[in-house]
Amino acid sequence: MPKDQSVLLEIRDLRIEGYSDEQWIEIIHGIDLTLHRGEVVGLIGESGAGKSTIGLAAMGFTRDGCRISDGTVEFDGMDLTSATQSERRALRGKRIAYVAQSAAASFNPAHKLIDQHTEAPLLHKLMTKAESQADAVELYRRLRLPNPEDIGFRYPHQVSGGQLQRAMTAMAMSCRPDLIIFDEPTTALDVTTQIEVLAAIRDIVEQFNTAALYITHDLAVVAQMCDRIKVFLKGDEVEEAATREMLEHPKEEYTKSLWAVRSFQREQKPRPPEGSTPLVSIRNISAAYGDVKVLNDVSFDIHPGMTVAVVGESGSGKSTTARCITGLLPPTEGEIMFNGTALPPRYQDRTKDQLRQAQMIYQMADTALNPKKTIGEIIGRPLQFYAGLRGADLKKRVDELLDQIELEPSKYYHRLPSELSGGQKQRVGIARSLAAEPSFIICDEVTSALDQLVAEGILRLLDRLQKDLGLAYMFITHDLATVRSIADEVVVMKEGKVVEAGPKDVMFRPPHHPYTDLLLSSVPEMDPDWLTNLLNERGVDNVGEAAAASSGGN
Amino acid sequence: MTAFTIIYFAFLITASCAAAFYKYKSALLLLFTLLCVSLLAGLLGGSGVLVNIAIGFGLLAAAGGISYAFRESMVQILPGEGAKLMRTAPLTAAFGLLVIITYVIAAVFAPVIAPFGEAEVVGASFAPADDVMILGGDQLGRDMFSRLIYGARNTVGIAMMTTAIAFTIGTIAGLVAASAGGWVDQVLGRIVDTLMAIPQLIFALLLLTIVGTSVVNLTLVIALLYSPLIFRLARAVAGNIVVMDYIEAARLRGEKTWYIIAREVLPNITAPLAAEFGLRFCFVFLAISALSFLGLGIQPPTADWGSMVRENATLISFGEITPLIPAAAIALLTVAVNFVVDWMLHISSGLKE
Amino acid sequence: MQGVIALVGKRLLLGLGTLLVVSIIIFGAVELLPGDLAQQILGQSATEETVANLREELGLNDPSYIRYFQWLGGAVQGDFGISLANKRSVAEQLAPRFANTLFLAGYAALIAVPLAIILGVLAALLRNSVFDRVSNALSLVSISSPEFFLGYILIVLLAVQNPVFPAISNVNPDMGLWERLNRTTLPALTMALVVTAYMMRMTRAAIINLLASPYIEMARLKGVPNGRVITRHALPNALAPIINVVALNLAYLITGVVLVEVVFVYPGVGQLLVDSVTKRDFPVVQACCLIFAATFILFNLLADVGAILSNPRLRHPK
Repeated sequence: MPKDQSVLLEIRDLRIEGYSDEQWIEIIHGIDLTLHRGEVVGLIGESGAGKSTIGLAAMGFTRDGCRISDGTVEFDGMDLTSATQSERRALRGKRIAYVAQSAAASFNPAHKLIDQHTEAPLLHKLMTKAESQADAVELYRRLRLPNPEDIGFRYPHQVSGGQLQRAMTAMAMSCRPDLIIFDEPTTALDVTTQIEVLAAIRDIVEQFNTAALYITHDLAVVAQMCDRIKVFLKGDEVEEAATREMLEHPKEEYTKSLWAVRSFQREQKPRPPEGSTPLVSIRNISAAYGDVKVLNDVSFDIHPGMTVAVVGESGSGKSTTARCITGLLPPTEGEIMFNGTALPPRYQDRTKDQLRQAQMIYQMADTALNPKKTIGEIIGRPLQFYAGLRGADLKKRVDELLDQIELEPSKYYHRLPSELSGGQKQRVGIARSLAAEPSFIICDEVTSALDQLVAEGILRLLDRLQKDLGLAYMFITHDLATVRSIADEVVVMKEGKVVEAGPKDVMFRPPHHPYTDLLLSSVPEMDPDWLTNLLNERGVDNVGEAAAASSGGN
Repeated sequence: MTAFTIIYFAFLITASCAAAFYKYKSALLLLFTLLCVSLLAGLLGGSGVLVNIAIGFGLLAAAGGISYAFRESMVQILPGEGAKLMRTAPLTAAFGLLVIITYVIAAVFAPVIAPFGEAEVVGASFAPADDVMILGGDQLGRDMFSRLIYGARNTVGIAMMTTAIAFTIGTIAGLVAASAGGWVDQVLGRIVDTLMAIPQLIFALLLLTIVGTSVVNLTLVIALLYSPLIFRLARAVAGNIVVMDYIEAARLRGEKTWYIIAREVLPNITAPLAAEFGLRFCFVFLAISALSFLGLGIQPPTADWGSMVRENATLISFGEITPLIPAAAIALLTVAVNFVVDWMLHISSGLKE
Repeated sequence: MQGVIALVGKRLLLGLGTLLVVSIIIFGAVELLPGDLAQQILGQSATEETVANLREELGLNDPSYIRYFQWLGGAVQGDFGISLANKRSVAEQLAPRFANTLFLAGYAALIAVPLAIILGVLAALLRNSVFDRVSNALSLVSISSPEFFLGYILIVLLAVQNPVFPAISNVNPDMGLWERLNRTTLPALTMALVVTAYMMRMTRAAIINLLASPYIEMARLKGVPNGRVITRHALPNALAPIINVVALNLAYLITGVVLVEVVFVYPGVGQLLVDSVTKRDFPVVQACCLIFAATFILFNLLADVGAILSNPRLRHPK
């Protein structure tokens, strides 16, 4: 039977305004969108592009403090902007469904999953309760949730994040809608979990010929999921094309720059000769928060001027290792050697010079800079504190540092962090650590909160500084693309242990340790066939949580 | 049916129609509600009640008008930043500011404004109001109006002082607890939990029984009892700050605890603490007034609003409302401070709704 | 379920511990009295001998920790010693007054709780409407006014100008329920005014917070009608904060009673406490304080236990 491919959703010149500072400001500037039945269109863009707002508007919904000021949203011949409240309500859940970013927050904690699942079909009088429950179990099975018979009778907080996200997709499917809006459904998940959710979503959307708007900032994900891609920037459309066309021949500069991000590649430095003293040596450390053991016999070395990337999913102990090195969390066993001498385990017991040598750059630049201090004060404090600089000397050195991070001193010296963009704040964080003149910097997920283009700039800056100043980096990340571009050595961690470690070229070449292999293969690639190939290769049941469990920690 | 009633309803109906015609939805709703309430009140209580309602709304309108005038003139007078701030101020906040300024003026210039001395006996006890004593005399024949003015100085001054002491204790302890963490935090937290397990007013009564009633004792006791509340806030707000990465960065730099408290934490908690100061001032002010009313606070012959209510309460059973004026003065100031605090909180929350 | 029982048990123990410490404070405070209690009572002019006799009579020669345990042991059995002012048993004076106070507080709670919850929920649902703004302003005025101000205004309006209720609430044990209700209406209304304002504002804040949750938006996006969003998705989760708000305000109510009792000359514990403070009648003051503190701690305890029991995450552990 040929699939119905008529137009389902037609958005024309949609304008949305947001209320801030006592006035209405346009945030979406006239968007057009056409979606056919069974088609999946990806909406991508960086934060602030208005993707979510457009997604919700496709349901005729705006959040508090927003309003549709102009344009039409025509769903199957009915204009949602002029429809009555009850007309729109009749569509929601039944013909248009929504899958939110955080399933944990979007399921009501007071009700069982299956009761929330059956709510829409019962409300729209499509099924009886028994039918709807049986259908829920069937959907859970299709989405390959474990124990499909029982899982629905649990409460949301009793189910893991990846499973919840699939349960939410099942819930969206409960009335077999014509259209589902997916709003960043895998952003909060680890890569190994993400892949099973992606596979499940793609599979079920195809089975029921459901149309979908897939909102994400991840290009590789969108390449797997969508037939067509629309790129947005600050509430405006940049360009639209079929997925392959868009990936291979982007037309607009902005799109090209997005695509080019992952091209940054640095030459790998050779290992120093056997027997030379490492700058930092982590020796058999174990650590615990109270009674919970979080690190188990972790060892690796960092040599001067080299970049060691520590990779792992959330809860693998990457950041805890950093806390042990800086002395915030004294290890229960083992020691940290710096230039051949052991560091006192507690930072309070370290000398000023020991503290100065090892600096830290944080993930969230927002919380890493004191909002009440000017950029000059923030960068100047380590100079004052360690080198005792005052007055004109201090100002001169701060200006030099600002030059080094490519921010114009005269413009930024007196600004507050709130007047800077995310990338600029991160640069100031880097300058602050440089001010101490360290030999070693820990970079804790420094690019993961940034848009890709900005992240690229930060990576290039860090690379240049390493060349100029001979710094050693410990680069904590969950993003393998970053590892590929910047690392010399790679350490893979899982559940508080080092699974595998070695030079980058060795690590990225088979044979891998099974967990490293899983981690590497789970990172989405830009190739639209990647997910299909992977699933064919591994089998649908050998991805995600199940595979992670079987790959083991050792 | 008096002429007043007719005019009253005619006005309300016309105003409602006008609001409906010009599509002022909230004004219409308000006027219509008022109309319904007035009909009900008029039927039950006669035109007397309607007069009261009219007077009430007249006063409200007058207060609104004065606040508006005050705000606009402030916008003109104040330089740059101040004017910008005043322009966004809601009428309630302008009203609050105006009231607070008035009180401060009364307190500072009390001897100039008051026609008689604080404890000066002018006429007969409970003398009715006349040209000499515009609010009449109290139970000893002292001028009510003069005592009211002096009361601003005494009651508000003592409450201010008490709040300041409570704030110093509470904020310092809270900052130390948050920055030091560990057992210091635990011990301080336990002490405060226990202090707060006894209702403040009751605890104050107990302590005042023991140490006796004097202004110094009163100030210290109330400051001690209200500092735990401030401790909790300071601890909570500072607790949110000390987990920030910039504090970690400062610690790892090797900074001393006092530097972290004074330079990194304190600048970030001043805004919420300032708003809290207003709120706590209200509580302290009400507590002191309550104790004075019970005869256990500020002692005669010092003019104080709480005691004035108590001393002249007998008049109330004769339908006199003079003793309520000091009580109203207390309420007015607390309302005003609350209005301003609301506005400050609104500003510090980043102009979000 | 076991986790919840353990949690509640822990909270109960904590409450009991707090009460114990509070009793030490209340007892210890009087011990801190400058000079000697006997001397205090008799005044400076008393002879050495009479002071010594009184010391003997009051048992002041024992070390203080022994007297504390005697006092506490007695208090647990309902014996609070003898009043210094009239030599009568404290417990005897206290019992009927405590009943009166509970009656008054209960009456006020009966008015305030349903009213506050309804108004609070309405204000949250009609956020930024005229109703919300007016109720916000009125509740602010009510909170800002001293209790005695509200009390006297009610007297002027409802007892003097329009004599509906009596201005003085002198109740006695022989009174019928109706008569008693009539006489306690004004004090109960006064307390209800303040507590309603507090409770309403707290309820409003809790509900607004709740309505901003992603699962409420999710429910709307499933096409759930407004009424059902409230009853099915908001209310089960609102229970915890509302129970908390109510219990906290009842705790406040029980102590806020002092001023109101004085204004209306109502024979309750608060009135007794104030009288005894003026007379420096320490055993009575201690007893009243202990009773108030115990009730206060109890309601705070109930607030926490209620919050634990109504939290689905704790009720259905992993």
